[in-house]
Order: sequence, then structure tokens, then C-alpha cells
Amino acid sequence: MENFNYHRPASVDDAVKAAKAHPEAKYMSGGQTLIPAMKQGLAAPSDIIDLGALKNSGVSLGSSLVIKAGTTHAEVASNADVKKAIPALAGLAANIGDPHVRHKGTIGGSIANNDPAADYPSACLGLGATIHTNARKIAADDFFTGLFSTALEEGEVVTAVEFPLPKKAGYAKFPNPASRYAMIGVFVADTGSGARAAVTGAGHGVFRAKEIEGALAKGFSAASLNGVKVGTDNVAGDLHASAEYRAHLITVMAKRAVDAAK
Amino acid sequence: MDNGTGIGARVKRKEDHRFLTGKGNYTDDINLPKQTYAYFVRSPHAHATINKIDTAAAKKMPGVVGIFTGEDIANSKLGGLICGWMIHSKDGSPMKAGPHPVLAQGKVRYVGDHVAVVIAETREQAKAAAGAVEVDYGVLPHVVDVADAMGHKAQIHDVAPDNRVFNWSIGDEAATDAAFKKAAHVTKIDLVNNRLIPNAMEPRAAIGYYDTGADHYTLYTTSQNPHVARLVISAFHGLAPEHKLRVIAPDVGGGFGSKIFIYAEEVVCVWASKYVGGRPVKWTAERTESFLADAHGRDHVTHAELATDAGGKIIGFKVHTKAAMGAYLSTFSSCVPTYLYATLLSGQYNIPAIYAEVDALYTNTAPVDAYRGAGRPEATYVVERIVETAARELKMDPAEFRRKNFVTQFPHQTPVIMCYDAGDYAAALDEAMKIADVKGFPARKAASAAKGNYRGLGYSAYIEACGIAPSAAIGSLGAGVGLWESAEVRVNPVGTVEILTGSHSHGQGHETTFAQLVSDRLGVDINNVAIVHGDTDKVQFGMGTYGSRSGAVGMTAISKALDKIEAKAKRIAAAVMESSPEDVEFKNGTFTVKGTDKKMAFGEVALSAYVAHKFNSAEIEPGLKESAFHDPSNFVFPAGVHIAEVEIDGDTGVTTVVNYTAVDDFGNVINPMIVEGQVHGGITQGIGQALAEGAVYDKVSGQLLTGSYMDYQMPRAADVPSYKLGFTCTPCPSNPLGMKGCGEAGAIASPAAVMNAVTDALAVKDVPMPATPNVVWNQLQHLKKAAE
Amino acid sequence: MPAISMKVNGQAVCGEVEGRTLLVEFIREKIGLTGTHVGCDTSQCGACVVLVNGKAVKSCTALAVAHDGAEVITVEGLAADGKLHPMQEAFKDNHGLQCGFCTPGMVIASIDMVNRLGKNLSEETIRHELEGNICRCTGYHNIVAAVKAGAANM
Repeated sequence: MENFNYHRPASVDDAVKAAKAHPEAKYMSGGQTLIPAMKQGLAAPSDIIDLGALKNSGVSLGSSLVIKAGTTHAEVASNADVKKAIPALAGLAANIGDPHVRHKGTIGGSIANNDPAADYPSACLGLGATIHTNARKIAADDFFTGLFSTALEEGEVVTAVEFPLPKKAGYAKFPNPASRYAMIGVFVADTGSGARAAVTGAGHGVFRAKEIEGALAKGFSAASLNGVKVGTDNVAGDLHASAEYRAHLITVMAKRAVDAAK
Repeated sequence: MDNGTGIGARVKRKEDHRFLTGKGNYTDDINLPKQTYAYFVRSPHAHATINKIDTAAAKKMPGVVGIFTGEDIANSKLGGLICGWMIHSKDGSPMKAGPHPVLAQGKVRYVGDHVAVVIAETREQAKAAAGAVEVDYGVLPHVVDVADAMGHKAQIHDVAPDNRVFNWSIGDEAATDAAFKKAAHVTKIDLVNNRLIPNAMEPRAAIGYYDTGADHYTLYTTSQNPHVARLVISAFHGLAPEHKLRVIAPDVGGGFGSKIFIYAEEVVCVWASKYVGGRPVKWTAERTESFLADAHGRDHVTHAELATDAGGKIIGFKVHTKAAMGAYLSTFSSCVPTYLYATLLSGQYNIPAIYAEVDALYTNTAPVDAYRGAGRPEATYVVERIVETAARELKMDPAEFRRKNFVTQFPHQTPVIMCYDAGDYAAALDEAMKIADVKGFPARKAASAAKGNYRGLGYSAYIEACGIAPSAAIGSLGAGVGLWESAEVRVNPVGTVEILTGSHSHGQGHETTFAQLVSDRLGVDINNVAIVHGDTDKVQFGMGTYGSRSGAVGMTAISKALDKIEAKAKRIAAAVMESSPEDVEFKNGTFTVKGTDKKMAFGEVALSAYVAHKFNSAEIEPGLKESAFHDPSNFVFPAGVHIAEVEIDGDTGVTTVVNYTAVDDFGNVINPMIVEGQVHGGITQGIGQALAEGAVYDKVSGQLLTGSYMDYQMPRAADVPSYKLGFTCTPCPSNPLGMKGCGEAGAIASPAAVMNAVTDALAVKDVPMPATPNVVWNQLQHLKKAAE
Repeated sequence: MPAISMKVNGQAVCGEVEGRTLLVEFIREKIGLTGTHVGCDTSQCGACVVLVNGKAVKSCTALAVAHDGAEVITVEGLAADGKLHPMQEAFKDNHGLQCGFCTPGMVIASIDMVNRLGKNLSEETIRHELEGNICRCTGYHNIVAAVKAGAANM
């Protein structure tokens, strides 16, 4: 991989300063997506700003669940508050990548990267989370803007994700057989003020499936989804799954997510 | 001897300690002083002319030591890569082997083809400079699918205008046609045997070193057969005579066939060292390079027809196969879809007439060569899929249809060369059906159906031929080498033993099993036996490890050398104990004189051999060291029955192997623990072929779409079940140990078992491999449509 | 080039690295511990897994410079006083390895699994938890048996 200058700021302010000073810099949190991308030559930043020294990890539970950006998947998966408040989120984190990746990868890194097959974006969108950055708070509905793109400005850094507490929520993932990223992952939530369903892995980036949400509005049960067909508008086909198959899996995974919802 | 470490004992592996403590010594673990690093410039095109290579900018990059292209190879008169088995077409013409220079000359023929090598002080510098080598390509039409290759406008080699390497046949066409005319029923099937990428976990690596003082080359390499590598690099590439070239294959991290072959990278490393002032040149494949440029496996398209009489007896079998060779003929590629494939088309069955024709075709893809099973999985797939299909069409139970047609008398001469020497196929079938609880299957199927899932059961009654031999016979069939094996037994004065063998372990545990044989025969503690392999300076010559040959051939060579050791030791013991050799008996490590209480331990005899005080050295030479070469009189024929049971998720199309039973006849077994491990690994690779793995080249771009673990599904732990194994035993009559071979059986048997189960579950004739969730779901949609 | 120091298998080590130097490169090339292997370039095979501050990570997907001050355990650091770690012993007893290439990562991942989930592991759990470690030789059957046995003895 291409070489780069390495920075390890001790505060968010210093991180932002470093990013502003180096326009070709990239933030690195757990590095579990960025380092492979750099090894493949898909990314070649001039500078890496490692957020690892910020010590910005941890979970707090009040009227909402706040997970600091540097919290690893393993920490989220095993955190008692997450398990109590949104067990589906703990379950999602417990199945990202593999155990070794979960020891490194962080929620902030995952959502800032917004890989179209990543798990966390679907939870953020499915739960209607709010993304906290060094500068502002952004609703998940506004945050994920497309393939690998987000509403983050240059140098803006995610500091935490705030999840409202749903009545119940569930997540079901159909992993890509080779990479084990989501080939389709559906996060459903009964928020108390309506049902939300967000889909990841479909190819063009995380999105809310209106067909699923509409059906669940009539009753938050798998039976409500019988016969529901999701169109292929937001769905791509590739080597592993045709668009039709992926669209079909959205309904199947949505049912399983609803069945599993707690 | 019965000390718990002899033949048949589950001895824990001697090699494990170093692997478990990180002290293995793989090629990439080795670093030599003043070492440089090679990185290869590879073709981004499936087929193109090379108009110009400009290295000027790259040469100025930091750390660059040298950049070489095909022109430099041509100027140094380094020969091209060879294919070591001559196949003649049925019209008598020799196969059409296009040139295969180690760095492309004038043309590239697949994505990943070797265009130039950059050698630099560090790996990163070599890679960066490789990116600066400018190549002007003239893109040509390409063809990546074997089904399309014949006569395609993409003409890959001048010598083969229609892309056909050979059109080969075996069997009696007229007799087979006659059988089909009499047939009561003919079953037809079209099958694709998917292209696989071997993926040994250790990527290939090499360090080439030219000693300018001694005018001598050394090559460290990830090889299953270092002597064959030395022979080819000496005799065909013409790099240096054999005594000026040492090839060392240290610990090798898996091979599965892919490390048999002589590849461009390894040859270039050892060649280039001379041109960078004798500095060592190291190359380690990135996994991406392994995907692109290791020899792939399988890739057959087959049409087969099976004729049966009114009583359900098979009377004739016709097969036509198109076999992809890739862009060049790799080292043993031509024998795989011919003598290793069509000679097994009789399966376990008594088939009076067989005719098979094979078109081997160039495609703009990585070369295809032997991969675990090499031809025999392809044969088993064709035989076992069509036999299953025939049984279904005839409304016969698939097990009973097989049983009715099994060979039961031995020796059995098939119409396709092979003469099966021993076996009991029905015994394996009975045992497998018992272990798999076939009787309970209908209830399990009903339980699955109640959940909306589909359950299926599939058989595979495979036979394979391994320990390929004898040399004279295979020579007459076109082999460029003999397939014997060598062994040398060195007994040290203190009675410890070193075995030098031409076999080479890359995971099979030779250091343990070979020592068990010695321990058994000489009564020596297993820890006092060392196995030496993998170094052409230590072992004089050998043919290496592939084709499940190291037990049946390699150990038999050791056994023969041990016979000689025992004979000489008896003469020495007799002299020391003042008796005659005929009266000396050797048992449990002790020499005794019949009818007396005289005895000598093996160690004492060894010491006497070297001290040489107590015998007449005009009659008996001092020392105790013997060697043997063993050329088997026949192949060995492992066989067995595997039963797969699958459950298909009706919602998603996901196929899960829920039960897998394997009953194998490997003859006598040295170490059951190791044999079971071989079976487990083989089955998993076969399940991988059936359900997960498939190399896909894009028809339009010619790019390899499955070029990493992101897109090529390797079986992981959660993808497979634990296996149920059983064994039957008919000792092999053609070697003194009665051994067959076990390394490939699992991979040979399992794809057909799994796909017979999948097609049984869905009640369809065929589902293509790999039966991924999407593929199976597509089938479910067809079924739903048909039902509507 | 930044200089870093770490404790590897209890020994203090230091060296200069580039920003891009991977932890596995530091371990294999700078300090010469070649038991940790590289089997892929997409962070999937797990041959490179080591313990960093007690947790299993893929050392091919970690920058050495980011691990200044870390405590690293590699496969070389598991056996104590010439006695194999119970997990190493179990891999040997159960024939959980063949070519040995994936083994260092497998053993470390298995130890980490027990550290996280305890000694009583079901086959299903073991298979699921080995998601990040690929073996081409054993078919996993004996690895699963080894992890089960090794866990019980840890």
C-alpha cells in the first residue's frame, strides 16, 4: 500500500485540525475497512488521522441509547445496556465480520464509511438514530446519502450515535456467502410512532423499504408481510445475487427480523 | 511391533510441535542476506498483443535493482514452461502445445499473464515500480468459456487455429454404439464441472539465489516435488545442469495439486538472481496473484449417455467432454482430462462398452491442471450423476440400481484401460447406508417439508486410481516422466534412523506415518526416526507427492529399502553372533539365533556395522545404509460410498449439508487419525465445489470476477457439518503394505453425493454447481412456476 | 520513520516503522517471529491473528505504528517453559492441523474464543466463532474437536 503520514491526535479538536491541515487525509477508527481498501489500492490518503487515542468509547442509557463513536462492535455486542435497551442492536454488532474484526471495528467508523453492505447503517436508519459529530447532530434519514457517502463535511468527525428506544426491533442478515458482508440485511423497528424498516446490502446504499414499512404499519408481525413484494428499484444484481433474488430476500429477512424482534 | 507407534496406530503427529509453536519453516519465513524482492507486471487483458514495453520510468524509481521482460528471457535463451505429458488426438496427431515463455513474448493470453518482473530493494518499491512499467497493448478478441472456445474468433495459439489442443478418445466406439442400439432405455445428461481455484492457505513463494563464486543456483520454493522442479528447470528451461541447481521445498502450507507445477514466477526468481549480481530474489504471491495465476482445476462441459437393458443392467456408456486447458498447457494439464479422467468412467460398475471423447481447448484464462483428485472427481461426477439419474428414470432405488451393476469379481478389466485389483463395493454401500440411517430418511424428509424446506439424499459410489504406474505403461501413454519413488534408509551407529524420501509432505504427516513404518519394521522408537525430504542436495531424486501416491508408492520404496537393511543387518548379526544369516531371526527390534539364547538389539547391530571389528569386511561392507526405487506394477484403487443429506431452505434457497457419511476402502491404513483427517478435508473441498466455489471469468471483459475471498467462497467452519466415517478393507495386492491412497477420495466422492442430494430434494434432473443460494432459489422459482 | 515499542510475548521490542507498516510485517520482518502468517490480502483468512492487549485481532489489518505500547501475544508466546498451552495440546491430540499454515491463527482465535465465551462451547458456537479463520486442509472437523477439548482444559 502507499505510504502516508500518521497522526494520532489526543482530542477531537486536534483531529479536526489535522484533517483541515491535510486535505487528502482520512480518519481511521478501527481500520477494518480502510486498511483493506488501502491494501487493495482503492484508497491512498496522504495522511491517516488515527482516532484511536481519543478514547471515545462507551455506552450510556437514558431516555435514549448513546454509543460513542469509538466503541467497538465487540463492546456494543456485549454491553449490558445495549442488550437491555435494544437487543437487536447488540445482536447486529455480534455478527459484524468476525470476532477479530469486531475487536477493532467501531460504530463510528462503520457509519462514516457507509459501505453499502455494512450492518450499522441499517440500524441507524431503521431506528431513526441521530448522528452526533464534532459540529452538529444529523438525523440518520439525512446522514446516509449514497454509496460510501454521507452528509459529513470535510474534516467533520462522528462522535456518537444516539438511538431512540423502540418498543421492539429486530435485525436479520443474509450474508454474502463469500465475503460475509450483508447480501441483504433488514433492520425493523416498532418505534411506537410507526414501523421503520431499513435495508442494507442491496447494492446502492442503505434505504428504507416503503413496501415493508407500509405492511408493518398494519400490524408489526411477520404475517403482515405475507405476499409483500419489494421492487428492484433500489436493488442491484451481481455475481452472488440477482436483483430479483435480493428483492425477494428483503421480504424474507424482514419477516425473520420481525419474528426476532424484541 | 506392538509398541503403540507401529502400523495401524493413531500416533500423534511428530511435526505438530513446530507448527503449533510457530516454528514451522515455510518459504516466506526464509530471508537471505542481501535479498531483493520481485514483483510481477501482469496482463490486465484477457488477450492482447504487446506492442511495446517501456521500463524507462520504472527503472528510475527508488530501490529498483532490475527490470526484465520477455525479450531478456529470449536473449538469455531460457526455455519456456513445458507440458510433460504428450497426448495424441484420435487421428494420431500430437497435441498442439503453444509456446509458454516465462515472461510473455509478443502476446498475453489471460488476465494475470506474466509480462515483466521488477526487482527492488523492498517489496513496496518493487510493487510501486511495477506500476510504472508502461505496456502498450493491442487488445484482441478473447474467449473464457470452454463451451465457446472451439473455433472461436479469439485464436489463442497459432499452432491451434480452432483452439483445440487435442481431440482424444478412449474405448470402443463401435461396440458402444452397438450396445446403445440394443438398449431398453437411454439416460442423457449435460453437466458442467465448475472451475475451481485451489487456494492452499500458504500462497506460492520462491527465493532464487545464484552463487557467483560457485556458479551454482539455489531455489527455495513451495513445491510438492522439488526434484521434478529441478529436472524441468535444468533440462527444459536450460538454466543450469542439475548438479548446479539445488531446489529446496521446506515446510509447504498445503498444495492440493497447485504446487506440483513449474510456474513462471519461481523460474524467473532463480534465473534473475544472476542478472542482479547474484543477490537473492524473493517473491511471495499476494492472494490476489494466487487467484489469477495458480493453476485452476476442473472446468469441464460434458454430455453423457447411459444405456441400460430391460433388467436395469448398464450395457453402454458414451461421454463427450470439453475440457478447458486455459491459455497455456501447464505441467501435467494434458493427462488430467484424459488418462486421469476417462479411464475412471467405468466407476464401480460392470459396463461392457464405454466410449469417451475429449476435446481439450484453450481459453483466455489461467491454465487448468491437476487439483485434488485431478480428473477423477470429474469422472465420478459424470458417472454418479448419470447413474443416479438413470435409477430415477427407471424408477429404481438408486442404491439398488448401483448394487445391481457393481463389479463383484476381481480382477476386473474395464473397457477403459484400468484393471481393478480388489474391492468390495457392496460392503461399503451397506455400511454407509447403515451409518447414514437411510431407513430414517423419509421421516426426516417429511419433517423438513412440514417446515417448508426440501430434504434430499444423494449417493456417490466412487472409485479412483492413484499411485499412478507403472512407469513403462504410462510412458507408452505419453508421460514424460516415470512415476516410481525412491527411498534411502540410513541407520546411524547408535541405531537411530534417517529416512530420505522423494515424497514430500505438504500437510499429510509423512514425518509421522513414515516413521511408524520404520518403527514397526525395525523396532526403533518413533522418536529415533527422522524423515528427510524436500531438498535435492539431501535426497538424490524423487517424484514427489500428488495423486495420493506417497503411501502406496513412497512407503513401499521405504519398505523395500528396509528389506535390504534387515537382510544386511542379519548378515552382520550372524557374523557377530557366530552363526549363519539363515538362522538369524529379527523381531521386535532384536536379532536372535534360532535354537540359542544369543541375541543382539538392533542398535548393537548398527554399531557393529560401523565399528566393523567383528566381521570380514571383504565379505560384508561396513555401514548400514540402503536405498530402493519402487515402480509399482499397477495403480491402486481406493473406493467407497459417500452419502450426503441436504436440507434446502424453501424461503432462501440456502442448502445445508445436514448429514454426511463416508465409507472408504483404503486397504491397510498406517495411521487412522491421519487418514480420517484426509477424508474430512477432501469432503469439505468437494462440498465447496458443490455448493460454494466457482471461478467466474466475465465473458465480456475477460476479467476474473472471483479474484479474492470477497467473491470466491471458501468453505468455512459453519458451512459444513461434522462427518460420519466408516471404513472397509480389501488390502491392495500390488504393494506389500496392502495400502491404497486416501488423499483425494473425499474431494472425488463428495460433489456427486451432494448434488445427487440437492437434485433429489428438488426432484429435478440437474442443478448446476456451485448450487449457491441464488442458483437454488432460481430452481425453486421454476418449480413454483411449473406448479402454477 | 516513527519509532515504536511494544511488548511481544513478554519481551520489550522496538523498531522504526513506516506509517504503512502492518503489525504483521513488524512481527514477521522486524522482530523475526515468523509463526504469524499471511494467507490473504482481504482480511479474511485469519492466519495472521494475534492477541493485542488480550484480544484477537488480524495483524494484517492493523498498523504497527498504531500499536505503540501494546502487549502482543503471538503463537510463539503460548507455550510456557516448554509446555504447550492446553489449546496447542488439544490441536495436536485431535489432529486439528495438517499443513500448519492456518494453525497459529486458529489456535490464537480459539484461545480468544474461550477467553470470551468460557470453557463450555457447543459445536455450533465453535463453528460460528471460527468465521474469521479459513483452513483448507482439515475440513474443520478435527479443529472443532480440538477447540472443544482445548477449551475444557484451559
